[in-house]
Amino acid sequence: MDKKELARYLELAKELRLKIVDVMTWSGGAHIGGSLSIVEILVMLYFKYLNIDPRNPKWEDRDRFVLSKGHAAAGFIPALAMKGYFPEDELQSFNHFKSPFAMHPDTNKVIGCDASAGSLGHGLPMALGMGLGARYQKKGFKTVCLMGDGECCEGSVWEAAMAISNFKLTNVIPIVDRNHFMIDGDTEDVMALEPFADKWKAFGFEVLQINGNDIAQVDDALSRAWKMTVPTMILADTVKGKGVDFMEGNVKWHYAAADSELCQKSKDSIMKEYEEAVRCLQ
Amino acid sequence: MSTVTGTTWNCYDSATMTPREIYGRTLAELAKTNDKIVGLTADLEKTTAMIHFAKAFPDRFFNVGIAEQDMFGAAAGLAKTGLIPFASTMAAFASMRACEQVRTDICYQNLPVKIIATHAGISFGHAGTTHHCTEDLAIMRSMANMTVIAPADGIETSRAVRACMDIPGPVYIRIGRGFEPPCYKDESYDFKIGKAVEMREGKDLTIICCGIAVLQSVLAAKQLEEQDGLSVRVINMHTIKPIDKDAIMKAVTETRRILTIEEHNVIGGLGDAVGSVIAESGKGCVFRKHGMQDCFSEIGYAEDLYSYYGFDADGIIDKVRQMMGLEFEADENWEDE
Repeated sequence: MDKKELARYLELAKELRLKIVDVMTWSGGAHIGGSLSIVEILVMLYFKYLNIDPRNPKWEDRDRFVLSKGHAAAGFIPALAMKGYFPEDELQSFNHFKSPFAMHPDTNKVIGCDASAGSLGHGLPMALGMGLGARYQKKGFKTVCLMGDGECCEGSVWEAAMAISNFKLTNVIPIVDRNHFMIDGDTEDVMALEPFADKWKAFGFEVLQINGNDIAQVDDALSRAWKMTVPTMILADTVKGKGVDFMEGNVKWHYAAADSELCQKSKDSIMKEYEEAVRCLQ
Repeated sequence: MSTVTGTTWNCYDSATMTPREIYGRTLAELAKTNDKIVGLTADLEKTTAMIHFAKAFPDRFFNVGIAEQDMFGAAAGLAKTGLIPFASTMAAFASMRACEQVRTDICYQNLPVKIIATHAGISFGHAGTTHHCTEDLAIMRSMANMTVIAPADGIETSRAVRACMDIPGPVYIRIGRGFEPPCYKDESYDFKIGKAVEMREGKDLTIICCGIAVLQSVLAAKQLEEQDGLSVRVINMHTIKPIDKDAIMKAVTETRRILTIEEHNVIGGLGDAVGSVIAESGKGCVFRKHGMQDCFSEIGYAEDLYSYYGFDADGIIDKVRQMMGLEFEADENWEDE
């Protein structure tokens, strides 16, 4: 990836982070930490890899994206707005009476959302079904499923992992946002996931382990996963609360509300980190 | 009737195929002309008779192993690619093990997944309570967007499987283990989802029932006419949701005594659905719910259990006789209430 392209994605990531902070403020509360951790993944999927058309959101040959960690709707829904599925100012209604946008996304209310989500461990089985449906109908689309790491405590994740491997599906790409925290604390203290990569390998996956907040690494992993001939998953090591310095790696910011002061403080931090990244680029 | 003894199951063949057997064949037949139909099971392709479909269409049949949550999630995903998935497993696992997948992935997203739940009620009696299911009607009818059907026999199951193709959303069809004797002779009757079938006319009392209780109620009504001179109406309420309110209110008005019978807990199933319609109408009648009285079943072969719990004709006759001794308010004019 050249510098110009990287600069474009850095800017998109910064824009998305600013919108997530806005949503946290407008909505009265959002899962801010786990929304900020997946920003680079969302940006690369929606602005480079997914073959989609915001003017034709139900296009049957489109690539699918299943946000299995539905609580990251505060990150996902603004990304859809940026992609042009609906006007960005509609995000101001987030969580409010009769809004299409809630803490967890609804496929029948959010244009561009391929699956309702919220209850954890549901996304990968649905992605499996989409992959089987694509293969049977001889359609070339991919289905990407983004899960949380804590979510992988759910047995249904592994039921689906076993099946994707059994059916040798390469058109379903699981990604785990390994941000190391669940509500009650560090995953290794609450319910240890490690050796996490080995678990996926034991289920028959080629594991691409990357820094999920590094645009070049996310780009490289998606590019490889798109072409793989064996079931492949991406284990994306990320930082919860990424981009807002006082939220980073602090489970206190799993879910939070913001007043105008906190909103501004968060945005200042995002801008500072972004400007540093741009400086490093030059 | 010729019978074939298999390693695990006895299956009837010929024209009087059991619900389990006939739906498997009906589905395979439907799929010949509709390539959108796909099938799923969770290691029960033989037990649920999905094997007919699996053999005919191996490229659109998916056995996910013993993983019901995964099966219903995958069914939702398949539906999202424009297909019509039929997913089959035992009722206990469809309604309880995978309850949230059915509710959140299928009903909430309002997808055309058709669930064929076998071994419902106490039909698999000797398997023990883990494999009984007297809760599914209550669970399934409480889910928005869901249509719930409990066919009386193999022929009606075949009708239900065909008819559910016209429903744009999810459908739950509960059938038994596959030993149920036929109730209908052929398909030449009016089957419509949501429209009850009057199996027998009557003016003294109405039995509103579903599943295996339909045939037994018809037999009971015949005996009651011969032995007691009673005129008992029998209504096959094959669709539990949406329920046929008109048939219920006609029966209340014309017979003033209603007995519901279901192979299910009396809490939350057919009886409560009928009772709600009557209560909301404000019209009084003698009303009793016959079913499992909020208990888990004893162990035993289905026919012994049906007799023990009064789901056979003799048991139903007893219930009707008890009800005939009960009084209802004699006021004929309900319009002033």
